[in-house]
Amino acid sequence: MTLRVRTAVCLLGAAGVAVLLALAFFKMPSFGGDWHPYRDLVRPIGALHATPNLISSVNFDIRALDTLGEESIVAASVVGVLSLLQPSKEERKSIEPAERPVASAVKLAGYLMLPVTVLLGLDVVLHGHLTPGGGFQGGVVLVTGWHLLYISGSYPALARLRPIDWCEYAEAAGIGLYAVTGILGLGLGTEFLANFLPTGQAGALISAGIVPVLSILVGIAVAGGFLVLLAQFLEQSLIREGSDS
Amino acid sequence: MTYACYGVAAWLLLIGCVAMVRSRNLVHTVVSLSVAQAGTYVLLLGVGYQRGAVAPIEPAGPVVDPVVQAMTLTDIVVSATITALLLAVSVQIAKRHGTVVPDELHELRG
Repeated sequence: MTLRVRTAVCLLGAAGVAVLLALAFFKMPSFGGDWHPYRDLVRPIGALHATPNLISSVNFDIRALDTLGEESIVAASVVGVLSLLQPSKEERKSIEPAERPVASAVKLAGYLMLPVTVLLGLDVVLHGHLTPGGGFQGGVVLVTGWHLLYISGSYPALARLRPIDWCEYAEAAGIGLYAVTGILGLGLGTEFLANFLPTGQAGALISAGIVPVLSILVGIAVAGGFLVLLAQFLEQSLIREGSDS
Repeated sequence: MTYACYGVAAWLLLIGCVAMVRSRNLVHTVVSLSVAQAGTYVLLLGVGYQRGAVAPIEPAGPVVDPVVQAMTLTDIVVSATITALLLAVSVQIAKRHGTVVPDELHELRG
């Protein structure tokens, strides 16, 4: 099929989908209106379980089972990337961390931003149930902070400070303990991943029951998983040209 | 004007799909998929929006719908991991076939 035929078929299909979408959109409740039944159902539960951040309440309390599924998708993708990007024996020999000249301003900025970013990541993970944030967002910020070392030009430093094995264990442990938390609740006579811990005072660091626990576990899993992902891609870029199998 | 947000969502989805079909580079294909997925973010956030409402962090007055915001978060995480996986596949294809142009991948060798 030539590009032109393919484009024509695709545009025909796209036009059909566009018509269907338009028909659906014109029957939607008016944009910006105050009719939000799900919100009205979630708000009382957030208040009941002392979780000011309603999004975390949805993710780690009401829809905690879905988040377990989402975590499994992340884990599956990490395993997939790990197996796809495993360097072959010849490639492994030709990996050489090239020393690149890095402007000292970039270096300084990198080292200055590193502690700030790591602190911010920890803050976002730990206060996921109180302020905007949570395990996913905080985990990604933590990984970004870690890779500021790479931008600052010291790949050997990054490689030394990046125990890939432990990141894999951390990811597995994060997901495993998430499931264990759910089973623990099951053992205590509630449902799987129900909020079985005392919820405490709204706004306190230790409150909201299992929401911060699950948030931190997800933070660990996401940080570990994405560190492994990025490590694989960075390693690919270090393989010397001309050594392809 | 009321439907502009839904229009943007539909546009992102469709333009992403068309770009995937017309793609001449696997990396471009993967990015096009991300664009198509971005349409769902706009749609979800548009569905949950309420005029004059604030972010769903208590205590607050009227808030926007936190359920669709949580779904958007899930969406973004899944999108990021799928992008990583597809890029890894692209790297392997480039290594084995020496090309990243989808039309040149006529025979898929084992």
